[in-house]
Amino acid sequence: MTLARLSGATLGYGAGAVLSDLSLTLDPGERLVLLGRSGVGKTTLLAHLHDQMTGAGQRVALVPQDHALVPQLSVLRNVLMGRLDDHGALYNLRSFIAPRARQRAEVTALLADLALEGLADRPVAALSGGQKQRVALARGLYRGGTVMLGDEPVSAVDETQGPLLMDLIAARFATAVVALHDVGLARRFGTRLLGLRDGRILFDAAPGAVEDAQMAALYAD
Amino acid sequence: MPIRLRIVALFALAGLLALPLADLTLAGHDPWAALARMGAGFLRPDFGAVDQIGRALASTVFFAIAGVALGGAAGFVMAPFLHLRGVRGLAIALRSVHELFWALLLLQVLGLGPLTGVLAIALPYAGIFAKVFAEQIEEVDPRPAQILPPRTGALSRFVFAQLPLAAGAMQSYTLYRLECGLRSSAVLGFVGLPTLGFQLDSFFRMGDYGAASAILICYVALIASLRLWMRRRLVPVWIAAAVVWLALIPTPPMGQGALWRFLSHDVIPAPLRDGWDAGAFADWLGPLLMQQVLPGLWATLLVAQIALVLTGLVALASFGLIVRRVTGRVGQALGHLGLVILRSLPDYMLAYLFLQIFGPSMLPAILALGLHNGAIIGHLLGREGEALVPRLRADAPRGTMLWLWELLPRLFGAFVALCLYRWEIILRETAVMGLLGVATLGFYIDGAMSELRLDRAVLLLLGAGALTVAVDAASRHLRARTDGRARATGRGTAQALAQDVGLRRT
Repeated sequence: MTLARLSGATLGYGAGAVLSDLSLTLDPGERLVLLGRSGVGKTTLLAHLHDQMTGAGQRVALVPQDHALVPQLSVLRNVLMGRLDDHGALYNLRSFIAPRARQRAEVTALLADLALEGLADRPVAALSGGQKQRVALARGLYRGGTVMLGDEPVSAVDETQGPLLMDLIAARFATAVVALHDVGLARRFGTRLLGLRDGRILFDAAPGAVEDAQMAALYAD
Repeated sequence: MPIRLRIVALFALAGLLALPLADLTLAGHDPWAALARMGAGFLRPDFGAVDQIGRALASTVFFAIAGVALGGAAGFVMAPFLHLRGVRGLAIALRSVHELFWALLLLQVLGLGPLTGVLAIALPYAGIFAKVFAEQIEEVDPRPAQILPPRTGALSRFVFAQLPLAAGAMQSYTLYRLECGLRSSAVLGFVGLPTLGFQLDSFFRMGDYGAASAILICYVALIASLRLWMRRRLVPVWIAAAVVWLALIPTPPMGQGALWRFLSHDVIPAPLRDGWDAGAFADWLGPLLMQQVLPGLWATLLVAQIALVLTGLVALASFGLIVRRVTGRVGQALGHLGLVILRSLPDYMLAYLFLQIFGPSMLPAILALGLHNGAIIGHLLGREGEALVPRLRADAPRGTMLWLWELLPRLFGAFVALCLYRWEIILRETAVMGLLGVATLGFYIDGAMSELRLDRAVLLLLGAGALTVAVDAASRHLRARTDGRARATGRGTAQALAQDVGLRRT
């Protein structure tokens, strides 16, 4: 069963199309890493995959590049937002006013995995950039689902923490599509690397099959 | 000529042309003697009537709190549904009728009781709150709402991803509205509710200018210190106190079915109460239009246009006063004092004061409107100007030259936007000044009400509402042409500035 399929697709708008004639399939169990210079269309591709898979009824967890957190709300409530569609309005209203003990326990455990322990009741506005990014990741992990879509999900955390967080994603999601700029991290996390340059695919292969020269060509001027 | 200058020139010309058509006579027999007597009294405030002053001020505060709380709650409920035509129409209808007109209508149904005062504030404020809250919700960062899982319910989306983002702006707007509510509440005293206006009127009737001065000083102090005594944690306490205080005010007995009689009989045009009669209706409508609605509209427009020009002049002259690099430390302090007084006293109350001096004509109304609204704009511009000064070059001039060369050109766009925004407010207030005897729409509405011809009063109110809506539309159009941001966000600098009158510290 294929989760997503593109054949000869053009993504982006009209003359400003970012990606053209794109063919790609995503199968369960794959961890696909998108590589390429900024502006090449990684975010556009992720958005398209998101629409396609949610349209097909898949449960997708999304970690966007700009976090899209509500700064005035606590970490706990921001994380709870990942599952609002699982409940009715009254249940969610109750969670908003006073989160249940069970929800709090679940989120607290998750925060500990992300080195955010003790911050559940802190407003997001009071956090550092790296902490905010991990809250956005926590929201995605809390949501769970068949696929994780991440747009530079660990760009603001330090080098030792990044790989640990990516391991966490690999452990929680059978399938993932993640845009990364750290090549080493990409080789470590991905089962398949997709190199994008100038609106087309430069390579699409397992990490072992992508040579350093190909990788250099991806970013060369 | 740049568009802003053209608009200003057009309005100035309209004001000038209106000048010879307006009744500006000094009708008082000896205004200067009256002024001297009042001045002497005002310089010697007499706080002896503590009991009366305290009661009037407490009622003013509690009517304002209850009215704003109820109006705010109703507006909050309406705001998310404002895209529905019915709800939007209701909000427009509610806010196009002035608080004092609402009070006069409610008096017919509920009598002179606490509910009349609370609803007179709450009804128009609900319409205003609904509009502003809806705009504030619309303007929040859309990304958190977009990231929510698909098929998240509308209420959950609103509560988690929109409300928290808008809450800060909503809170400071509500505080600003409370300041407006304190003015509305004070003015409701002039139609008989036990608030400041009532007490002021009785002090004046007794010629007790010292006590009048004392109560006005307390009132200005109360408004100036609003942010000290209205704290978020104290809100429930204040509301509870307001409910208790208002419940202790006696409610007059009204006949059974007063509301039904009002709706099913009183407001129906008299010739139509026994069935449709086109001829009789035309005989009713024709003279009413020619002798009341049109003259009232005309006088309202005349006064409002002259007052708008005066507002602009006062604003331009006064904003420099509160910039230290223009007037110095002492001048700045005096400027602030003058502007605080003129801002805090409602224009209706200022007009009442001027009426005691100059006698009945359009002059007191124009002066009051110009000074009050000019002081509000002057305050906002002056604060912007003060913030600009540190960013100017080090060798920038001082005094009047700074005002003219550096500040005026930079603030002119905001000045025009603020004046256009105030235009509609001035018009609403002008109509209501008729209750003081100036021949604007309120004069005819008051006359119809006191003759218990409510059908005529309602038609006149519709005329006033239509004029407000028309000027609001014209103002929005002009603002959109002069301020790109107004078009982009649905709200320009003017309203953004006006909203946070004195709120920047919160």
